[in-house]
Amino acid sequence: MKIVVLVKEVPDTWGDRRLNLETGLLERGAGELVLDEIGERAIEVALTYAEANSGSEVVVLAMGPASVPTNLRKGLAMGADRAIHILDDALIGADTTLTATTLAAALSHEGFDLVIAGNVSTDGGGAVIPSMVAELLDVPAATGLSTVAITATDVTGRRDTEVGSYTVKAALPAVVSITEALPDARFPSFKGIMAAKKKPLDTLTLADLAATSGASGEDAHSIVISLAERPARAAGVTIVDEGDAGTQLAEFLAKNQLI
Amino acid sequence: MTDSSAPILVLVEVSPAGTVLPSAAGLLGAAAGIGTPVALVVAPAAVSAAAAERAAELGAARVLVADRPAGSPLLAPVVDALAAAAASVSPDAVLISSSSEGRDIAARFAVRSGAALAVDVVSVSRDEEGPVAHHSVYGGAYLVDSAATSGTLVATVRQGAIEARAAAQTPSIEQLDVTPSGKRDVEVVDYQATVTASDRPELRGAKTVVSGGRGVGSAENFALVEQLADALGAAVGASRAAVDAGYVPASYQVGQTGVTVSPRLYIAVGISGAIQHRAGMQTAKTIVAINKDADAPIFEIADFGVVGDLFTVVPQLIDAISAKKD
Ligand SMILES: Cc1cc2nc3c(=O)[nH]c(=O)nc-3n(C[C@H](O)[C@H](O)[C@H](O)COP(=O)(O)OP(=O)(O)OC[C@H]3O[C@@H](n4cnc5c(N)ncnc54)[C@H](O)[C@@H]3O)c2cc1C
Ligand SMILES: Nc1ncnc2c1ncn2[C@@H]1O[C@H](COP(=O)(O)O)[C@@H](O)[C@H]1O
Repeated sequence: MKIVVLVKEVPDTWGDRRLNLETGLLERGAGELVLDEIGERAIEVALTYAEANSGSEVVVLAMGPASVPTNLRKGLAMGADRAIHILDDALIGADTTLTATTLAAALSHEGFDLVIAGNVSTDGGGAVIPSMVAELLDVPAATGLSTVAITATDVTGRRDTEVGSYTVKAALPAVVSITEALPDARFPSFKGIMAAKKKPLDTLTLADLAATSGASGEDAHSIVISLAERPARAAGVTIVDEGDAGTQLAEFLAKNQLI
Repeated sequence: MTDSSAPILVLVEVSPAGTVLPSAAGLLGAAAGIGTPVALVVAPAAVSAAAAERAAELGAARVLVADRPAGSPLLAPVVDALAAAAASVSPDAVLISSSSEGRDIAARFAVRSGAALAVDVVSVSRDEEGPVAHHSVYGGAYLVDSAATSGTLVATVRQGAIEARAAAQTPSIEQLDVTPSGKRDVEVVDYQATVTASDRPELRGAKTVVSGGRGVGSAENFALVEQLADALGAAVGASRAAVDAGYVPASYQVGQTGVTVSPRLYIAVGISGAIQHRAGMQTAKTIVAINKDADAPIFEIADFGVVGDLFTVVPQLIDAISAKKD
C-alpha cells in the first residue's frame, strides 16, 4: 500500500501570526513555521498502518516555500519513507483552487492507494483541500474522520457532522481527512532523526507537474482585495475573590444589561 | 453598481430526517443583501416539499428541488444538483454553509465548475465589480476582503456569523433535472442522528456562551457550567483540554480547531486562555473569566476577571443571577 500524507507548513499557533498589510501574505519572519499539528496526526495514522503491514510505503507531500524541507524532515524522522516538496514562485499566495490543482497533479505524478490529509489547517482553515483534490482525481473522499480503519481494498471511518454520526466507507484509491480526535503524533526518536537525513526528499516545480496537471488555465481564483488589522483587546478589571466575587460579577452583568 | 437583483444561489442544508438546518436562515439573509435568493433543496422526495416551503419562508424567491434518495452515496447527489442548479440559474454567487457537509460540497462544486472559492466567510457585500466576501482571520486579528477574479463567487459561510434575515416569500417551487455525474463517492454504512436532549441554544451564533475548561475537573462537575449557562439562557462551550479529558463532546470545543464564536457575552470558567482558545472567542463583545490563577492569560483579554475558585464563585453567581431575575 502506498500512502501519501498531505502536510502543510503553517505559522506556529503558539506564536505571533501576522499578515503583511500591503501584500496580504503571511509575514514569514513573525513567528516560527511548523508542520500543522493535524498533519502530524495524519502521518501518525499512516505510520500505524505501515508498521502493521509490511510492504507499505509512506510519502509526505507538502506545497510551500523554501522553508518547507526542514519541516518535511520531521515527517521523515517520525518514520515516513520519502518526502516531496512542491516549490515554485508561481505558487506564492496560491488560493485553494491553485493549491488543490497543484497537489492533485503531484499525486497523479506520484501515484497512490490512499491519501491522508488533515480535516482543516490552522491557517486558512478552509477544510476544502482534501475534497478539491479528490474531485480533481475522481476518487472518493471520506473527510472529517475521527476513526480510521484501512484494509487492502478500502478505508472506513466515523464521520461526525452537525446532524449525526456517519460510518462511511471508500473503495481505494481514496482520499481521507482526519480530525484531532485521532491520537497525537509520536515524537521522532534520535535514531529516526539520524535516519531522516539520508531519506529521499525530492523537489518538484510546476514544470515537472505540467504533464499531470488538470489545470485549464481558465479557472477563476479568489484574491484578497483589502485587508485591515483589528485593534488588540485590552484587559478590563480583575478582582480577587474575597467571598463576594460571584455577587460582584452578577452586578457587573446587570449593569451592562447582560442579564 | 453591479446588478443587485442578480440571482444568488443558496444551498439549503436539510438533515436526513427532513429538517432544514439553522444555517439556512443566515445564508438566505446574506443572499437577500446582495441579490435575489434562489434556494436549492436536495432531500429525500418525501420531505422535500416541506423543506422547500421552509426555504421560501426564510426568504427564497425561488426554490429548486432535487431528490436525494435514501441509500445514495454520501454527497454526489448534492454536488450534481448544485452543478445543475448553477447552470440553470447563472448566479452571481453561490452561498454554502461552512459545515462538515457544506465544505465538501463547496470544494467539489468549485473545482468542477472552475469557480473561485472563498472560505470561512463571515459576511458578503457587493461592489462595482460584483460580490465581495469578508473574512475574519487569525482569531479575528485581521479583517480580509476577497473577490473572484472572474465568474461566480462560491463561498462557504461561517455558521452563526450572519445576523441578517430575509423577508418571507410566497413559495415558488420547481423540480430540478439532474444528470448524475458518476463521480466516485463514499458509501454510507451507518448513520445515527444526533439526539439533542436539551433546549439550550446552539453554540454557533449564540448571544451568550459559557465555556468550561480543565479547571472544571470532571464530567460530573461540568453540570455547574451547564447550570450557569441555563441561568443565563446561554450555549455551553469548552476548551480542548476539557474535550480531550472527556468532560464534553468534541462539538463543544471553542478555539482554533473548534468553533469560533462571537457572542455578546462569553464566560470562561476554569480556562487558562491559551492562544488557541482565544482565537475562537476573542471577538466576543464582553469577556468574563473565572480562574484561580491570577497569571492566567485569559485575564489579559477579560473585561471582568475573577481570581477565585470556580466551585465557590459560580454557585454564588448563579444564586445572584436568580435573585436579580425574581
Ligand atoms: C494546533 C493546536 C490547536 C488547538 N486548538 C484548541 C482549540 O480549538 N481550543 C482550545 O481550547 N484549545 C486548543 N488548543 C490547546 C491549547 O493550547 C490549550 O492546551 C487548551 O486551551 C487548555 O485548555 P484549558 O484552559 O481548559 O486547560 P489548562 O490550560 O490546563 O487551564 C486550566 C485552568 O483552570 C484553572 N483552574 C483549575 N482549577 C480551578 C478552580 N477550582 N477554580 C478556578 N480555576 C481553576 C487553572 O488555573 C488553569 O488556568 C490547541 C493547541 C494546538 C497546539
Ligand atoms: N500547501 C499544502 N501542502 C500540503 N497539504 C496541504 C496544503 N494545504 C492544505 N493541505 C492539506 O489539506 C488539509 C486541509 O487544509 P485546508 O483545506 O487548508 O483547511 C491540511 O490539513 C493538509 O493535509
